[in-house]
Amino acid sequence: MTTKPLDVGVLPDQDRPEDPPPTTRVTIRGTTKTSRRFTVPRSVRRAAGPVGLILLWFLTSATGVLPESVLASPVDVIQQAVELTKNGELPSAIAASGRRAAIGFLIGATVALGLSLLAGLFRLGEDVIDSSMGMFRAIPWVGLIPLFIVWFGIEETPKIALVALGVTYPLYFNIYGGIRSTDSQLVEAARMMGLGRLGLIKYVILPSALPGALVGLRYALSTAWLALVFAEQINADAGLGYLMSNAQQYFRTDVIVLCLVVYALLGLACDFAVRILSRRLLTWRANFEGEA
Amino acid sequence: MANSVEIRGLSRAFDGNTVLHDLDLDIREGEFVALLGHSGCGKSTLLRILAGLDDEIGGEVTVPARRSAAFQSPRLLPWLKVWRNVVLGLPGRPDRDLALKALDEVGIAERATVWPKTLSGGQAQRVSLARALVREPELLLLDEPFGALDALTRGKVQQLVAELWRLHGCAILLVTHDVEEALLLADRVLVMDEGRIAHEVTVELPRPRDLTAPEFVTLRARLLNWLGVTHTLEGTPS
Repeated sequence: MTTKPLDVGVLPDQDRPEDPPPTTRVTIRGTTKTSRRFTVPRSVRRAAGPVGLILLWFLTSATGVLPESVLASPVDVIQQAVELTKNGELPSAIAASGRRAAIGFLIGATVALGLSLLAGLFRLGEDVIDSSMGMFRAIPWVGLIPLFIVWFGIEETPKIALVALGVTYPLYFNIYGGIRSTDSQLVEAARMMGLGRLGLIKYVILPSALPGALVGLRYALSTAWLALVFAEQINADAGLGYLMSNAQQYFRTDVIVLCLVVYALLGLACDFAVRILSRRLLTWRANFEGEA
Repeated sequence: MANSVEIRGLSRAFDGNTVLHDLDLDIREGEFVALLGHSGCGKSTLLRILAGLDDEIGGEVTVPARRSAAFQSPRLLPWLKVWRNVVLGLPGRPDRDLALKALDEVGIAERATVWPKTLSGGQAQRVSLARALVREPELLLLDEPFGALDALTRGKVQQLVAELWRLHGCAILLVTHDVEEALLLADRVLVMDEGRIAHEVTVELPRPRDLTAPEFVTLRARLLNWLGVTHTLEGTPS
């Protein structure tokens, strides 16, 4: 092929360029089979970091570079885990904390669901609720601990209230956002097909809010555990926070680390559960032939 | 034959911008009418009004109570299986047999239990037609339903619409910007301009229609002329 434009014949002479611009060419080289003598599998490379850090922790503890008063050795932490499980302290602490997290979560989720439905579905609800939620969100909820102690004392109630509060915001904003981002074209089509208001909510609005709600649920659960860590610093007489503050008085870094690990594992377990739930509820988003 | 649609003095303005301007139109029962026009001439607005999705209008519009629509994008609910989409909004429990019958009519019954996301564009448009027709409408509104399809698929779906129309005998208003499509399918072709029906022509060619028949070519030239398109190619170098 020439580089001359094909329709050059119909162009007036004065418009014709003097010289066609020089063509620049690039060579695209393949990247397959480039000579790399030795490749480590990705999973091994990813695991190398954490494993290396734990190994470093173990070695510095064993050689005495890292004193026990600063951080206990991983061996001590595991020993503590076994011991506290045997004498039942750890399981009962997990149960107490889990109970607080669960009750707080249920209350917060109920409030968030109610508010987001009112604000999402009704113009009046939006006007009244959404601006207020925006205002309350600006208050850092951890800062409410002193007020909660004044209101609810130092028993279980302020702890559960703090968890509920931490859960409410992420769930509310994600469900509300999900409802409001419903595709208006789908609403129009569904109305055309004869769906009434309730039908629209059930078949169009709520399903399209579901992906957002599940994202909110993940945030909410991680916030629930975070809120619990703060809440259990308040005069706890049971639970993981109690175990931790006790350990702090006796400089037992092994127990403190153990409690942190347990918090982390509980958070991971919740996250995993929501991911399984999402996969089951959102099968329609996947691009495979779902014949379930 | 009695009129299915009667429009008298219809006007619609958006923020003082008049889109429909004192428009009159009748569509007879079982008549296939195509509505042509440039983008923004008000044809989609007219269709939305007939669908009952827009009632901020002046004038009077009489339409059958039983009417349904198919749009340029299929607008299926992605979280309902194909067959559930077809019978969505019908009274009573979802009737699977009814859905399968409707899907069979558009030649896609074997995809009844998949998620809409796994359908191709043409398949999804077929489902959308099945969803419209399962309601046994007296008036079917089609808003550029072939616009997003590739040329080969479009031809097939056009043929399907012609067959379904013969079978169901409902009045159809097809909004399109494709002159040939309008002439292939419709009894009457309207050209809309500045919020009015500016021109109209009755197509009396026998079906199935031949794109190359001289009458067809003449009509096409006339319509293109009304639309302000001169359809001759220039620019071959001498």
